[in-house]
Amino acid sequence: MKKNGVKMIKISSKNVDVFYGKKQALFNINLDIEENQVTALIGPSGCGKSTFLRCLNRMNDVIDICRVKGQIIINDFDINDKSCDVVRLREKIGMVFQKPNPFPKTIYENISYGPTIHGMAQSKNEMDEIVETSLKKAALWEEVQDRLHEPGTGLSGGQQQRLCIARAISVKPEVILMDEPCSALDPIATAQIEELIDELKKDHTIIIVTHSMAQAARVSQNTGFFHLGELIEHGSTDKIFKNPENKKTQDYITGRFG
Amino acid sequence: MNKNKEQLLNKRYKAEKRFRLYGQSAIFMALLFLIIFIFKIFSTGYSAFQKTWLIVPVTFDAELMMLEQNPSKEDLKDADYYDIALKSMADLDPNANENQENELKRMVSYFFEREIKRELLNDPSLIGKTKDVYLTASDDLDQVFKGNYPRDLPEDQRRVTDYQLKIFDQLVELGKVESKFNLSFFTYPDSREAELAGIASSFMGSIFSILVCLMIAFPVAVLAAIYLEEFAPKNRFTDFIEVNINNLAAVPSIVFGLLGLGILLAVFQLPRSTPLVGGITLSLMTLPTIIIACRASLKAVPPSIREAALAMGASKMQTTMHHTVPLSMPGTLSGTIIGLAQALGETAPLILIGMVAFVNTIPGSPLDPAASLPVQIYIWAESAERGFVEKVSACIMVLLGFLIIMNLFAQIIRHKFEKKWS
Repeated sequence: MKKNGVKMIKISSKNVDVFYGKKQALFNINLDIEENQVTALIGPSGCGKSTFLRCLNRMNDVIDICRVKGQIIINDFDINDKSCDVVRLREKIGMVFQKPNPFPKTIYENISYGPTIHGMAQSKNEMDEIVETSLKKAALWEEVQDRLHEPGTGLSGGQQQRLCIARAISVKPEVILMDEPCSALDPIATAQIEELIDELKKDHTIIIVTHSMAQAARVSQNTGFFHLGELIEHGSTDKIFKNPENKKTQDYITGRFG
Repeated sequence: MNKNKEQLLNKRYKAEKRFRLYGQSAIFMALLFLIIFIFKIFSTGYSAFQKTWLIVPVTFDAELMMLEQNPSKEDLKDADYYDIALKSMADLDPNANENQENELKRMVSYFFEREIKRELLNDPSLIGKTKDVYLTASDDLDQVFKGNYPRDLPEDQRRVTDYQLKIFDQLVELGKVESKFNLSFFTYPDSREAELAGIASSFMGSIFSILVCLMIAFPVAVLAAIYLEEFAPKNRFTDFIEVNINNLAAVPSIVFGLLGLGILLAVFQLPRSTPLVGGITLSLMTLPTIIIACRASLKAVPPSIREAALAMGASKMQTTMHHTVPLSMPGTLSGTIIGLAQALGETAPLILIGMVAFVNTIPGSPLDPAASLPVQIYIWAESAERGFVEKVSACIMVLLGFLIIMNLFAQIIRHKFEKKWS
């Protein structure tokens, strides 16, 4: 989104290096993410795009041997700073994973979990409302409104993934990270999710990791191309796909390797 | 070339057939042993659930009982029943001499006095009248009646005399010997007399021990497992702890018994022979089992669930308590029950801490002296009387039944509450 013709930057990473033990997985990543836009991260397997995504909500903390260096600035605040509270951070930055991972609880409980732990609803009514709006935003309400109290794991794969999206947006995050959200889904479910992503970018900044170049081209406004732990090229999706500067990018998007 | 291939294929099929055969014969062997074992126990033990009674006419002679006219309930309780009891037994053979009268008396258990007393307390109007009273037969006659006693042994090698057998046979002919369900096996405590011995004290002892064990081992083990699995940093020290927990599970149980003896009894001066000490000792033994089961089921919770919760902004503690631990509970609980079942069958450590003592009272709390079922089996197996042979098997049956129920329960918990992934 542009305000007075200036791009609004939501997240900016500066000289980010990531190590798994002694092995370096990311090299000096400098990438700015525009607010209320969809940014796609593409690249061959093992190139570090998921690793980078997980830096943005510090999910790499979970991995013992993983170390992150450099700055990641969100809202003028370095999230790698010691003073950063990861619980607060993850409330602001939601995440949707590759494989749908609803809690083995009811659909309602899946959505209400986040608002409950963050104390976002004062009453049962308020909670009902959050659940309803989240499900509506995730385009799942029509399908599940009659069975909110049935297990979320009983839904189809595509529905489960939309449930996970609904769960992520239930706490009204500013940013949603999506790690190959459609890789376990069929084309119809994928189309639904892509439509949803387009809708969600009005309220949220979205970063999506994808293996499908077609998907990146369809849903994103900006694209970053990773290769062997380096950010080779980034810019508007149009430019990356039609007129890439780097030879590697050109080769990758035309399917010559990867 | 083609023929070669065919040969190879045939060989593969044959190898598979052989392998199946080995597997089937292994299972057949295991089942055979199990059946022999169960058959043996049932065939020796089932008779313990029957008890032989002699039906003896008792005359409630007020004078012999030293009772005044119109005795009160208290008087009846204090009355002397020994003489009428003796007399009723002696009356079985009017021609008996003094020696024979003594033998007659030993045809019933030493409870005969109490059994007669109970009869009168139930119905005080019996004073002055004669009534057939059921008296517990001595264990030897009990065995004779059940056909477990070799009657053709020379008399001096038998515990029943020819005279007793003669009178007994007369009673049998008159229909004055009856076999009934042996309720006292379940309600009486242990006794030196086989016909009066029951499992009530050891059963309660086992229950109390297991409860103490559960109350100590479960919370400690679950907390340790959760901490180690979810919170502890992975370093040399935690690796060392992990190795030691696994080692602890392999420590012979008698070592834990020594620990209980040396620390709980000697240092802390806890009361000897009690389920409290037994339970604490068993809990040391059960601890590693539960920790291992709990850690395994925590490990089995897919990491994606943890990631989902963490990504929602749940703290580590919330993730663990809201998601991981509840999901691991079925596995933990069934592991706990299996650990307890193991503890229930444990003998050696309990012997060391004194639960092998002869206890002829039923414990009312974990602080009363008690035995336990497996120890009871051990005590009875050591006893010489024939009457205890069937009791041993019967006690094994009770213990096995208990274990089967517990394991069944563990299975049910596992199947019913375990969440299925994807």
